[in-house]
Order: sequence, then structure tokens, then C-alpha cells
Amino acid sequence: GSLRFASVGQGRIEKVLIANRGEIACRVMRTAKKMGVRSVAVYSEADRHSMHVAMADEAYNIGPAASQQSYLSMEKVLDVAKRSGSHAVHPGYGFLSENTEFAEACKQEGIIFIGPPSSAIRDMGIKSTSKYIMSAAGVPIIEGYHGEDQSNEKLQAEAARIGYPVMIKAVRGGGGKGMRIAHTAEDFHEQLESARREARKSFNDDVMLVEKFVEDPRHVEVQVFGDQHGNAVYLFERDCSVQRRHQKIIEEAPGPGISEEVRQKLGEAAVRAAKAVNYVGAGTVEFIMDAQHNFYFMEMNTRLQVEHPVSEMITGTDLVEWQLRVAAGERLPLMQDEIELMGHSFEARIYAEDPKNDFLPGAGPLLHLSTPQADEFTRIETGVRQGDEVSAHYDPMIAKLVVWGEDRSAALKKLRYCLRQYNIVGLNTNIDFLLNLSGHPEFEAGNVTTSFIPQHYEALFPKPSPPSRATLCQAALGLLLQERAGTQVFRDQSNDPFSPFGSSNGRRVNILHKRNLVLQLGETNLDVNVTYNPDGTYSMEIESEVFQVSGEMETEGQASFLHCSVNGVKTRPKLVILHNSVHIFSMEGSVDVSVPVPKFLAGVSTGTQGGAVAPMTGTIEKVLVKVGDTVQIGDALMVMNAMKMEHTIRAPKAGVIKKVFFKEGSQANRHVALVEFEEEVAEEQQH
Amino acid sequence: RYRGLPVPNIRQYHGDRVAAVGTQPDTQTQEYMENYERMKSLVDELKDRSEKIQLGGGERARKLHISRGKLLPRERIDRLLDPGSPFLEFSQFAGYELYGKEEVPAGGIISGIGRVSGVECVIVANDATVKGGTYYPVTVKKHLRAQEIAHQNHLPCIYLVDSGGANLPRQAEVFPDREHFGRIFFNQARLSSDGIAQIAVVMGSCTAGGAYVPAMADESIIVRKQGTIFLGGPPLVKAATGETVSAEDLGGADLHCRKSGVTDHYALDDSHALHLARKAVRNLNYTKNIQVTTEPPEAPLYSADELYGIVGANLKRNFDVREVIARIVDGSRFDEFKAFYGDTVVTGFSRIFGYPVGIIGNNGVLFSESAKKATHFIELCCQRNIPLIFLQNITGFMVGREYEAGGIAKDGAKMVTAVACANVPKITVIIGGSYGAGNYGMCGRAYSPRFLYMWPNSRISVMGGEQAATVLATITKDQRAREGKEFTAEQEAAMKDPIIKRFEEEGSPYFSSARLWDDGIIDPADTRLVLGMSLSAALNAPTQKTHFGVFRM
Repeated sequence: GSLRFASVGQGRIEKVLIANRGEIACRVMRTAKKMGVRSVAVYSEADRHSMHVAMADEAYNIGPAASQQSYLSMEKVLDVAKRSGSHAVHPGYGFLSENTEFAEACKQEGIIFIGPPSSAIRDMGIKSTSKYIMSAAGVPIIEGYHGEDQSNEKLQAEAARIGYPVMIKAVRGGGGKGMRIAHTAEDFHEQLESARREARKSFNDDVMLVEKFVEDPRHVEVQVFGDQHGNAVYLFERDCSVQRRHQKIIEEAPGPGISEEVRQKLGEAAVRAAKAVNYVGAGTVEFIMDAQHNFYFMEMNTRLQVEHPVSEMITGTDLVEWQLRVAAGERLPLMQDEIELMGHSFEARIYAEDPKNDFLPGAGPLLHLSTPQADEFTRIETGVRQGDEVSAHYDPMIAKLVVWGEDRSAALKKLRYCLRQYNIVGLNTNIDFLLNLSGHPEFEAGNVTTSFIPQHYEALFPKPSPPSRATLCQAALGLLLQERAGTQVFRDQSNDPFSPFGSSNGRRVNILHKRNLVLQLGETNLDVNVTYNPDGTYSMEIESEVFQVSGEMETEGQASFLHCSVNGVKTRPKLVILHNSVHIFSMEGSVDVSVPVPKFLAGVSTGTQGGAVAPMTGTIEKVLVKVGDTVQIGDALMVMNAMKMEHTIRAPKAGVIKKVFFKEGSQANRHVALVEFEEEVAEEQQH
Repeated sequence: RYRGLPVPNIRQYHGDRVAAVGTQPDTQTQEYMENYERMKSLVDELKDRSEKIQLGGGERARKLHISRGKLLPRERIDRLLDPGSPFLEFSQFAGYELYGKEEVPAGGIISGIGRVSGVECVIVANDATVKGGTYYPVTVKKHLRAQEIAHQNHLPCIYLVDSGGANLPRQAEVFPDREHFGRIFFNQARLSSDGIAQIAVVMGSCTAGGAYVPAMADESIIVRKQGTIFLGGPPLVKAATGETVSAEDLGGADLHCRKSGVTDHYALDDSHALHLARKAVRNLNYTKNIQVTTEPPEAPLYSADELYGIVGANLKRNFDVREVIARIVDGSRFDEFKAFYGDTVVTGFSRIFGYPVGIIGNNGVLFSESAKKATHFIELCCQRNIPLIFLQNITGFMVGREYEAGGIAKDGAKMVTAVACANVPKITVIIGGSYGAGNYGMCGRAYSPRFLYMWPNSRISVMGGEQAATVLATITKDQRAREGKEFTAEQEAAMKDPIIKRFEEEGSPYFSSARLWDDGIIDPADTRLVLGMSLSAALNAPTQKTHFGVFRM
């Protein structure tokens, strides 16, 4: 059914356009479907085969991969909204979600913008304004300078007044962009310039504010909701303290260790803040909290946040449904005294990134993807499926894993259990890191701050330990069973399906078949001497230790499990074999082993010849060298822009540039050579 | 026609269990335990000896071989085969104690059948660690036998060549005769003409006559800096023309792939060469069209190692061949034919790995009825295109005035005619004694079974040692009597002992296998698997109609 309410101006929503992609688009569509609202997707060229397109009732192409020309293009999105006859636009988060012009434009076209009035977006979008309003509404704020005088001298003087350390932050900034910390007067200037540069690039505005920097603070935010009838409620707080690169990574609700009294104070302050700007729809009021649980208003996000599901889980609500209802003019489904806090919820964000490499964002194909079973207490919010690509054009988030438990420790246990079943092959992910993080005793104790990762760095990045020999036996068994399965397929398709020659039993007359299987572990090769026993089991010898191994492969959905017995110990790890690599996922963690490619197949040279390669897929922003240039080791060769980050590619060795493979503005894939060096003369003479 | 997944067998019905043969033996009886013990020790001996033979030449030769970057011949075969493919190796004991002090493990050549790229192929691999891979007479015989197997069963041949050619000190026994070295190339030509692919992989030297193996092949592969092919090697060239040339320049991979065109594919090393050979087989466009019905296989109801306790090693002890059948065939199901007639031979239909078979087994000496029954059964199998399995344990046809008068010779001849003419695949396993005309009637080597295997307890000779000694002693005694001389018991014993000993020695399966009178000695417990593989290989050949000769009535 449609939603029809006569009360306040706005009409019915029978068809909603989702001006977003990925998991949030899918998330919104799910609720839309549930409510009987038709959904319209928009997609860029890069998303042609994406999950959100497949899920929508209708989908429209809105241009090339670059978001500037697609998801950020107001005209195109509005055009689709009109063409498709959508009654409302749900902006999701990011992209156009906090764009006043867009909200305004929607209104002009008579299309409901699912979000707050543009005035609220504007007021809250400018940090100095928002603080002023909050301060006036009696919401505690943090010391700072939000003035118009942007001269270096003035800013530095203000910083001195507030007292170091201070935070320098772009007024229009967000998501950690255009934000720097100055610990001393000496480094203030440098940090200021850096922040300005980034802000100019990201927001085309370099107006800065200076604030007291609270050391090791917690990041606590309150979910609020307002309707068009002047009502506003809070749905309790979330703790999003644990961050990397100033981006959230694991969130929970309610905040650990927060007393009822503080909780109520937080909620009421947040509602005051919302009411101060006549807020309508879903919003988040962010606070920083010090060790004494004093909190200060930071900013208000006028959108549905990434981490909204944890609030839903502890209140039993569907905030997207609320958004649609409120946008249609309905009153809030629940009033404050009807909203009850139940249990505890965690959200872990699974990213394509390399935690060991400073969380360098990644991109690539999801060759294998298997997830824990979703149920009432376990949500897998994702916009990708196995075989999809995590595109370098957009945010590298693969999924959000949301769990609920009776209390914090139950929820945490569940989170870890599910994370272990979230297995991805094809690109680096932060799953193992999330496991280390969520298993850290301090995290378990709820002692979270924004400095959690640097503080516990050692424990969070343990030295990788080599897999046990038993695990190597599992890998070897997996390979043998894979061969067997291949033979089985051939044999079943043949004219002669029962021939013992098709049995892969390795039988020999009077002797046993022994075979040397070489496994590659990182850089080292390891011999596994496999003996095929007549009873179908294998004896595997690794470094003169012998294991009795047997097992079967079992397929469950998209995942394969290895039922195996190693020296009588039975286990059931998940097994993924792709090309020549074996990935084993068990409750003890994951192990990757590969089979070395034979020399005759590996004969093709990589062609890089020690040249510089792209660390990830991205756009070449600047080419700093040309053919014939002589460079020294460490010299910058190119600047790449990938995953919204700048990367400088440096010369791996001294030499003369022979070829430059890319020009500015072109796209480079991960691991491709960017330049080629001349063969060194000295080297040649040696030959 | 897609026949992939085993479909429930519509021909089965609840009464099928009734057709099962075999009984649960009492494993606690003295006889069973003794039998088990004896056979087990024979099997252990077989495996120990095979284990030793598997090593090939001495440790020094092996080390030298490996140090050249070459794979050992068995490793080559393992890598050539589909991973995990079983390998039906032939005649491991070829040359066993055949040349006095000279040991030639496996006859210096390894042959067998395994799947390469899904195709059952005959693989012949020289073992260069054994006397440089040179051809002893038995090496030639084993090579020719492998080609014969390929021919009879229509199996592509892959030669992994690494041989110094004929063994010069024994050239007279290797070179000139019909079934000598030259026959290898004759066979290559004839096999190729019959559409049986000939693929050679040159992984070592191919000198003189040996050069014709790759040259006569349909497709050949050579390993650089390792394989060489020339009619005359550097020493011969030097002697003949005074020219000094390295082996590589004279006949290496570069020469033959780039200039002479003798070889077609250039491999970087052994592994690469084997990879190329696998690809070559893939490109044969070979399909196996079996022309028999198949059913999903089922393990026998009884454990195979019970054969040890049932059969034992004492040939004088009788056992029911049905107990052997029960441990070989699918579900121990045996549909017996003429069960109450001529019961010293057991005939009936079964399946092994789903393939249909007609089994003929001995349960004693052959009488006229037994021979006629077997003849009838062979006719049935030929009519129906059902492969025949002979389980030989036979002392011979019955002798005596009554039986001669009953025409045992003519009835025996019927059976021999039927066996000789039957064109369905015939596979023989000697599970006990194989004596006299019984050997003929039960498809001995001379009757060209596709494959012939021996159990380690078996014996093969024209008659038993005792009987032979007695016959000879009786003749001597009669002669002495005619001359009026005495022939004392001591003299008789002194005459009989060496004969018995000699028969004992020459009747041994190792003696037989060393001379290629069979295709290998097998563990009785492996009989089912070996028969399954043999049947699978045999069914590659297209069906041939049988035309029997004149049956003397």
C-alpha cells in the first residue's frame, strides 16, 4: 500500500528513487519493497551489473563511472526522478544526501526529498553556524574559533588562546577530510596549509575552524528523528570511537559504560539540537566525550548514517520506514516514552583495504564471497555478490555486518563468530583485523577511544605465524580432492562413467603412489610428500613428520567445506580454491597457500623489470618524469589518485626512464607497470 | 549420448541378493589361518621385491640422473598421467634374475596403462638409470608386448625415450630376428596406420635405431639440452668422418625443432615436455565408445583379503572358485550357467566395475562335460559381446582309458578352439596351478588373452614337478627293466629330486614374469581392480565378430 496522509502538504510515496548505490541503495529498496513502494535505481557505467540495479524495480543509467558525472549529477538524478514518475528521492548517505541545492531542486520539481529541510542541512553543514546554534540552544559545545578572519595570524592566535593541541578543520568538511591536528605552535602553520589544500580540493572551500583537541576522546553520537509535526525523539546513542584514518570501522549501540543518567542527558541534548533547527527525518548528533563522560557537540549529520542499523537493532525499528513515513507527512511511529532500549548491537564495516599497509584502500573482484547466515539477529548489509567487483571509483566498503545480542558480551561473541564466517577471496580485506580488534581485551572491556588503534597497535597487528602442518595437510587434501572432483566431472560426462581409471585413487600395481606436492607459503616453498593409500586415505609427510589424512568435500550454498581428518582430528574448515591458490577459513583464522606455477608456464616475464607499479587501481593525476630523465631511488615519478586518496609513486631504483606508460588523467590498474627503466649499461656489460 | 550420472538400475529387483555367491569363511580354523599366513608372506615378498624394482638402477645412477635435471622414469609417468590416475603397470619382474649377476630391474623399461588427458594410453618409458636404458632382449620383448597391448586394445602410445639403444654385447639376441629391435618401428608404423596415435617424448638420447622412435612417431617432443636424436653419435661420426661435434649440435632440440623437423615440439625441461605430451593427447580427438552395457559398480560383499585364507599357497588344497569370484565381482553377484553340469568348471555372468563379464573358473580337473560346458559358455559370450575372464587353477584334462574313449581329446579341442577363436576381450588370471593342456583350454599365453596375470602362489609348467619326475622315473625304470638292470629307490630319488627342484623353480611366477610369459604378478586382493582396469582398457578396441573354426563333434 501507498502512504497517504492529508495532514501536512506532502503527498503519497508510491515510487521512490534511490539516488545512491551499493549497500545503502539495497537497504532502502528492501524497506521500500516491504512497504509496497516501487523502487527506482540509478547507476553509472561501472555499476551496470551491480546488485542495487538488479534489486530495483526500474533502473536508469546516469552516466560514466566518475561520480561527479553520475551519482553527484543533480540534473541527471532529477531527470530520472521526473521520467520515472518517482514521488520521492532517497539520497542514502554521501553523494547528494547533504546537498542543500539538491534538496531545494527536488522541492521545486514537486518531488519529496527524503531528508531534512534544506535550511537544516545548510545550518548544520557549516560547522561554525551549527555550533553557534547549538550553543544558543543550550547544547554543550567545545572551545573553538569559528570566526571569519581566516588570516594565518588570527588562526594561530586563536589556537594559542584555546591551548594546544588544537584541531584545524574545514568548515564545510566531513569524513576526516580537510582536518589536521596541531600539537604545538611550531607545526600549526604546516598543518593549517595541509588542511586548506585538502579542503580546497574536496569542497572547493578552505575556510577553517580551530578547536580544542580532546585527547583520546570517545566518539558518541545520538540518533534523532523528527517529523513535520514538530515532534523529535532520540533512539539512544552509538559509540563509534574506534576509527582508522578518521573513519569509523566498528560501531555499537548503546555506548559501553554509559550510565542511564548520561544517556538521558545525551539524548535530550540531541533532541534540543534537532528542535533548534526544526529537524525533520533521520539525523545524527555527534558528540565527543572525554574520560569523565562530559560530552560536547561536534556536528550534526543530516542524513541516515552508515551505522544506523545498530540503533535499529536495539530499538526494534526500521529507520528507512520511518524516513518514508515522515517524508509522506506521517507522525513519528513512536514517541519517546515508547522507545525502549533492548540488548546490544555491533556493526563491523568490512572494507576492501589492506590494514597491514596503513589501511590502503583496495579494489578488485570478489572471486569468492561467503557470508554467515543472515537471521533476525544477524544482518548482512551489502551491495555486492560473489563475482562482483569492488570498484575503484567508489567507497571500498564491501559490507556491514550487524549483530544483536542480549548484552554487550553476547553481541560481541556473535560478532566474532560471524566475522569468522565472512570469507572473501580476491582482494585484501580488514576482516582479520576486525577479528583482532573485536577480540582485544580492552575492546571487550569497552575501553574504546578514537586512539584505540594506535594505542594497541602491537596487539592488533600481530606478527603473522606460519600455518600449522595440520593446516597444510588440509590445503594439500583440498587440492587432491579438487583434482578428484575434476576427474569425476570428466568421468561422469564420458561414455564410460565407471571405469576405475577415472577414480583418482592413484593406485599402482604392488607399490604405492608417492607424489611430491609443492606448496608455496609466501616466498617459501614447502614439500608435502603424499602417499596414496589403498584405502583412499593419504599419508602426508611434511618435514619428516607424517600425517594420516582423509576427507571429503561438501558444498553448502556457494561455499565448500572440507570434512577432513588429520591424524584422527576431525575439522570442517571452509575451503576456496581459485586457480592455483588455496584459501582455508576456519574458526582459528584464515590461511592462504598456493601451488607454484611451473617454470615453463611462468616463463612470461612480468615486463616491469623493476619498474614502478601502481599500488592500486586509480587515476594518474600527475606525471612527474618523461622519457630520458635520470632519476634517483625514491624520486617521485607519478601521483595517482585512487580511492579518494593521493599516492605518490617513487622510483624503486636509480636509472634512466625508458618508457612512460601512462599520461595524466588515464586510468591504471593495480600492479601494472607505470614506467620502464633503461637496462643499466653496467649490467649489460657484465653479461 | 549423455550417460553421466549413475541412474538407479532399473534391472535390479529385490531378488538380486539371492544371486550372490560366496560364504563367510571361518577365519579361526587352522587351515584358514595357515593359508592366510602363507599367502600373506608371499604377498609381502611380492611387495618388497616390487618396492626394490621400483627404484630402478642403483643409487649412483639415480643421483646422476637427477643431477642432470631429469626426472626419474616413474616420476615422468606420474606427471604425464592425469593427477591421481591409477596406473596399470605391466611386468615389473621382467628380467628378474634373468641375466645372472646383471640386474635389469623391470627389464630397464616401464610400461603400463593410465589416463592422460582422460584417454587411456599405453606408456612406455625407458629407465636410463638401468644400464643407460639400453635394450636387453627382455627390454625389447617388453617394449613389443606393450605395443601389442596397444594394438589389441586400440590404445594411443606414448614413448618416453631415454635410451642408449641396443645393448651391444647382446646385439645378436636383440637385433636380427623378427621379434627383435626392428619390430618396434614396424609396430609404430602399423599402429599408426591403424589409427593408433604414436607420441614420442625425447628426454634423453635416441641413438641409431632408437632415433626411429621419435622419427616414426605421429608427433614428437624433445627436451632441450637433454634430448638428442641421431643415427650416429659423436664417437661414430668422429670414427667415420673425423668430424668433431657435440651431441647437442648433432641432434639436440634446437637442431631438430628448427632445422631438421624431426621433432615437433620444443620443451624446456621434463615437466614441460610431459605437459606438451598431455596437450598432444588432448588434441587426438579421441573418444572411447564402449559397446557394452554398464551398471553402477558395487563392492563385493566379502573382503578381498579373505582370499589369502581361502586360497593359501598349497596348490594341493582345494578351494571353491566361487569364493574367489565372490571377492572379485560387483556385489558378489554371479549368475551361474549350467551349475549342475560339468561342475569341475564354473561358468557364469557377473559385472566388474559395472562392465559385463563372463567368468570361467576351475573347480578341478576338466572332464568332457566341463569342456563342452565351457565351449557353450564361450559361444554365448562371443554372441553377446561379453568379455571373458579365465580364473585358471587347472591340473589338466582328465586322463585314463575311460576318458580317452569318451573323447576327452575331441571335447578338449572344442574348448581350445572356442578359446582360440573368441574375439571378445579375454583376460586370464592364474590363481593356482596352470598345467598342460589345461593351460590351453583356460586361455594361456599362447591364446593371446588381452592380459594375463599371475598370483604369487601360482605355478605354471607342462605338468607338476612330481608328476614329471614320476613320468621320467617310470620311463627310466622300464628302460632299465628291459635291459635287466636294477633301478633302486635311491637311484630313483636321486633322479627325481633335481627334476622336482627344477620344475619348482621354473614354475614360479617370478620365473614366468621375468620372461614375459605374463603381464605381471599381482596381489590377489588387487585382482578386482586390476581386472577392472584391464577391462576398461580392453573396451577401447572396437568390437570384433567371432567366427569359430570347425568343432569336432
